[in-house]
Amino acid sequence: MSFSPSPANSSDGNLSPAAPVVALSHVSKIFGRFAALRDVSAEFGPGRLYAILGDNGAGKTTMLRAMVGLARPTRGTVTILGCEDLRAVTPEIGYMAHPTLLYEEMSGMENLRYFAALYGIANDQPCEQAMRGVGLDPGLSRRVGQYSQGMRQRLSLARALVHNPKILFLDEPFSNVDVVSAREMVRVLANMRDQGKTVFIVTHQASLLEGVADEFVGMAAGQIIARTRDLPLPQERPASAGRTSR
Amino acid sequence: MSMGAITRVSLAKDLRLEWRSKDAINSMVFFALLVVVIFSFSFDPTAEESRHIAGGIVWVAFLFAAVVALNQTWARELRNQVLDAYRVSPAPANSLFLSKALGNFIFVAVLEAVMTPLFMVFYNLRSIGPAYELAVVAVLATWALVVNGTFFAAMSIRTRSREVMLPLILFPISIPALLAMVSATTAILTGEGAFRFWMVLLAVYDVVFTTVCLLLFETVLHAE
Amino acid sequence: MRRTFVILALLTFGLLTYALYEGLVAAPTEQTMGEVQRIFYYHVPSAITAFTLFLINFAVSIVYLARRSPRADALAVSTAEVGVVFCTVVLVTGPLWARPVWGIWWTWDARLTSTLLLWLIYVSYLILRRYSTSGQTPVIAAVLAVFGFLDVPFVYLANRLFRTQHPQPVYFGGPGSGADPRMTYALLMNMAAFFAFAALVVWLRFRLERARQDFEETQALESLIQPDVRSPR
Repeated sequence: MSFSPSPANSSDGNLSPAAPVVALSHVSKIFGRFAALRDVSAEFGPGRLYAILGDNGAGKTTMLRAMVGLARPTRGTVTILGCEDLRAVTPEIGYMAHPTLLYEEMSGMENLRYFAALYGIANDQPCEQAMRGVGLDPGLSRRVGQYSQGMRQRLSLARALVHNPKILFLDEPFSNVDVVSAREMVRVLANMRDQGKTVFIVTHQASLLEGVADEFVGMAAGQIIARTRDLPLPQERPASAGRTSR
Repeated sequence: MSMGAITRVSLAKDLRLEWRSKDAINSMVFFALLVVVIFSFSFDPTAEESRHIAGGIVWVAFLFAAVVALNQTWARELRNQVLDAYRVSPAPANSLFLSKALGNFIFVAVLEAVMTPLFMVFYNLRSIGPAYELAVVAVLATWALVVNGTFFAAMSIRTRSREVMLPLILFPISIPALLAMVSATTAILTGEGAFRFWMVLLAVYDVVFTTVCLLLFETVLHAE
Repeated sequence: MRRTFVILALLTFGLLTYALYEGLVAAPTEQTMGEVQRIFYYHVPSAITAFTLFLINFAVSIVYLARRSPRADALAVSTAEVGVVFCTVVLVTGPLWARPVWGIWWTWDARLTSTLLLWLIYVSYLILRRYSTSGQTPVIAAVLAVFGFLDVPFVYLANRLFRTQHPQPVYFGGPGSGADPRMTYALLMNMAAFFAFAALVVWLRFRLERARQDFEETQALESLIQPDVRSPR
């Protein structure tokens, strides 16, 4: 595996620089009798792209949702940009998940206009910029319901970016997406990281992020088991994954 | 953007989407029509007594039609987990609630506007009291149904048998308001009865429950 | 804890027995209705007990919303369940009383109607608790409890006015209206007995709920330490 070059602003090679952007402290999340996250403590630094890998049920989605404030930890605290009250930092967070979080009945621009309004953005310019940024045409009047899956995911990414957040959280953004769209999204995300944003990507397709991610975070059974610069070797990943990286 | 602005934007979005698809409005109007017709078979509209029960019939019909509207309040948001996007944004929960409640209010008001002439025709109704009072009753009563209904629709999202849960928890709590609506309407149509008392009751009900909804909606939205 | 429970149980048993005697034997027979009137000693205390339990449910639900305390939730479900039982007693004894006295099973007078609506509200609360997807049940239920109890004054007001607009059977005047002091005494005794009995049952139910919560917590803790091999999905 080749060493992935680190971005200019973090040349010390530390895995967690001084001022963490996201910090989890003894976070556990229990659903009834099942512990999805088990006493997770970790710090993540700014301006990096983190790829979060692991099997189904490892706790990746739960950890991401805990970080954006959608899942309140049963124990422990999540701190974002130094704040424990996640409601206060919502303008700096962009979130994308496998469901598109979009209205099927509206066009791309109409969707973006609406979600931008939720962040207090009243004009069209950031919306058009976000759409162009993900490779979509703002003039497209087609309803999202008629988009291909790749276009939908790209628009969902645009929605997550429209308010220019400092931190991006993406949960399986490349699922069921054609290779071209996926590569386009990776390019956009790498750009975001280069501009100083912090990016978290939960994915099963780690190979897409090879050479792009600053760090690979491996999870299993509700805990972080590994954090490496390089893509983990195939035998380190549990055999039952059933998905091969292509 | 202020809370008012976000409410306006959300309401505009909902109205635009409804206008395009005409999902809810079509099924609601047709359902309401059916109810009017069925009731006219069950309660003889020609009898003089029907004037006394017309108030009740009309509001029960509106109630059932309103439930159809209320059940689809959050349908679009649930389809693609849009509520997650809302929760992650800085937009206040109450903006979302008010926009949905106002949207439902408009839908149900349109419904009432369609059904009322039909009722007046089928049941030969003329109001003995001043007719503008009917409008005031309609506004207060519709809001009473819609404010709690929108809230409970959000609660029933987190239950099994969602469509049954909504009327199940809504109806018992709405009964005093229903009683007030019916009595006030009957008072207008027959010219007898304590119209003023029922109106005050309805108004106080509206104020109390709107306040409670606004206080508790954020809790319900973020309950995972 | 166990000793207090035994004492309370014995006290309750004693009170109930004594109150039973007072109500069915010692209190004088009412002039117009005869022996049937004695059902009054169960009808009224049940109503007051049910209402008190719902009031506690309201208070405890607010506490839950403020503090998310599991004990508050346990007390909420206990008081609601026992309250519904007592409410059912009111709704059953009402017709049992009405039938021999007025010849009708049910009457839409203010009190009975209000009780019926109260019963409906809290039964809907219990159904919501059963049908909500777990994890959110206490919060959603507590919210509904707040709505439900705030509705109660409206229920009573609406029914009071509605009642005066419809002809009503004349009610038995009530113990205070110059009735025999022994009747008042019997009524108060029964109220005390019912309160004690309600407290006992609520306590039992509360402890049962706490045990269930503790069990779930233990399983959760186990899952924290030792991961479940099976995936939940």
